[in-house]
Amino acid sequence: MSHAADLPAWVAVITALFVLLGAALAMIGSFGLLRLGSFYERMHAPTLGTTLGIGSVLIASMLCFSVLQTRFVLHELLIAVFMVITTPITLTLLARAALYRDRIEGRDEVPLPPPPPECREDAAREAGSDGDSPRSITPSRQPDDRS
Amino acid sequence: MSLTLLSWSVFLAQIFLGLAMVFAACRVLTGPRAQDRVLALDTLYVNAAIMLLTFGIRTGETLYFEASLIIALLGFVSTAALSKFLMRGEVIE
Repeated sequence: MSHAADLPAWVAVITALFVLLGAALAMIGSFGLLRLGSFYERMHAPTLGTTLGIGSVLIASMLCFSVLQTRFVLHELLIAVFMVITTPITLTLLARAALYRDRIEGRDEVPLPPPPPECREDAAREAGSDGDSPRSITPSRQPDDRS
Repeated sequence: MSLTLLSWSVFLAQIFLGLAMVFAACRVLTGPRAQDRVLALDTLYVNAAIMLLTFGIRTGETLYFEASLIIALLGFVSTAALSKFLMRGEVIE
């Protein structure tokens, strides 16, 4: 890496710090993915790497290339904007898919879905009359009345 | 001095990122359910994108940036498609 000899010392120090910070955050996030217990806990850990981890490395890359080429090199912002937009979308899709699968299989650790409005009124009336819980109305544990 | 500092820190960062990719690959292999594997594959894609960015800093070429952008794009598309598959059983309906 002979190009780095042209860099001033302060740019090298800041670049090194940001690269190390980003890589360490990505490693901690992946370690959390390996260690945490359930899927919904595991979902939180890699977002450390996808937001601040890649952001720090992008800042370091922008600074390094801007000083090396003596002009503003900002195309790394493309990756930053792209990651910021797409990470919540993919993780929301994945969480909804996992929740749907867990509810279909009737697992106990996930919360039950909120009942639709007309069922909620019936449940409230029922709960007022004989104290039945509205949690008994779920699409997964009732026989399908469409068939 | 800046040469040694930058080369050693980028080397260390690449070791960290290699460990991160190994952790994510372990979760892909051992994940108890399908959604764990999809999440670990997404993490693996992001770690590969960061790894290519550090290669770009090491060599001083902007070619690696484009590869990193393509990996980020493919990671988004594949994770969205796999989530759709887990949810509905089909990707395009």
